[in-house]
Amino acid sequence: MIKLSTVQLWVHDQDAALKFWTEKVGFEVRADVTVPEMGNFRWLTVGPVGQPDVAIVLMAIPGAPVMDAGTAEEVRNLMSKGFAGTIFLTTEDCRLSYEELKRRGVEFVEQPEERPYGIDSSFRDPSGNSIRLTQARELANV
Amino acid sequence: MPTVPAERHLLRAKDLADARYFEPLDVDDMARAAHLSRAHFIRQFRRAFGESPHAHLLTRRLERAAAMLRTTDRSVADICFSVGGQSVGSFTTTFTRTYGMSPRAYRASFPPAAQHALIPACVLRAHAGPQRRTFREDNGHRQP
Repeated sequence: MIKLSTVQLWVHDQDAALKFWTEKVGFEVRADVTVPEMGNFRWLTVGPVGQPDVAIVLMAIPGAPVMDAGTAEEVRNLMSKGFAGTIFLTTEDCRLSYEELKRRGVEFVEQPEERPYGIDSSFRDPSGNSIRLTQARELANV
Repeated sequence: MPTVPAERHLLRAKDLADARYFEPLDVDDMARAAHLSRAHFIRQFRRAFGESPHAHLLTRRLERAAAMLRTTDRSVADICFSVGGQSVGSFTTTFTRTYGMSPRAYRASFPPAAQHALIPACVLRAHAGPQRRTFREDNGHRQP
């Protein structure tokens, strides 16, 4: 059986991303490994407490030879404009999670709003990536 | 230590429009959020996102207004003010130019709002009161 294990998010600064995902969102560090023989490549993953089989790898935008300068610049631009990817999170109580994260200084783009599919909000990480935080409506009630 | 790319500040201005469109927000407020002078900001924003900051703010307001026309029974004037519009006349003109029909005609072209309710009307009545509303487009009084 094929399962989802790790998804990748480009970040402009791994330390800032790590601080954000652990201290503000409340995720835990899964792996933080720097490999000297790979030009100090750092494999840094975080994941939700209580959901050990999925993680987000916070990936630094590489330089040459992995990525030429022009491509790296394009990726950095897309990330900073919020178009490099989105993470969809769910919560049992969107308004409660919103208050909690806001108290910790998370910048919300959308406050919790009623949608046909549930209560939905969104915020950004320090790099500009979009993260949606949704409380899905129970289908039994539809 | 990597610095934050310049576009991230432009995104902050875009986010401000998306998050607080219902306030009397303008391009100057957006420029301030990006820490740029007005003229420089407008140029940079257009370069990054392909539209002027004013157009982006207006689009967000119209999109929310259109959604409310489709899914609520609230009056056009009420909807205009709750998306940050300053005058019903200019709101109606802009809406008509964008959607090719007046707000009233737009609403009439969709099924009645009641059909969009996925939950029983008694539950809606109990839970849709002002104290439950956290967003200003719903006339909320609660602070976020």
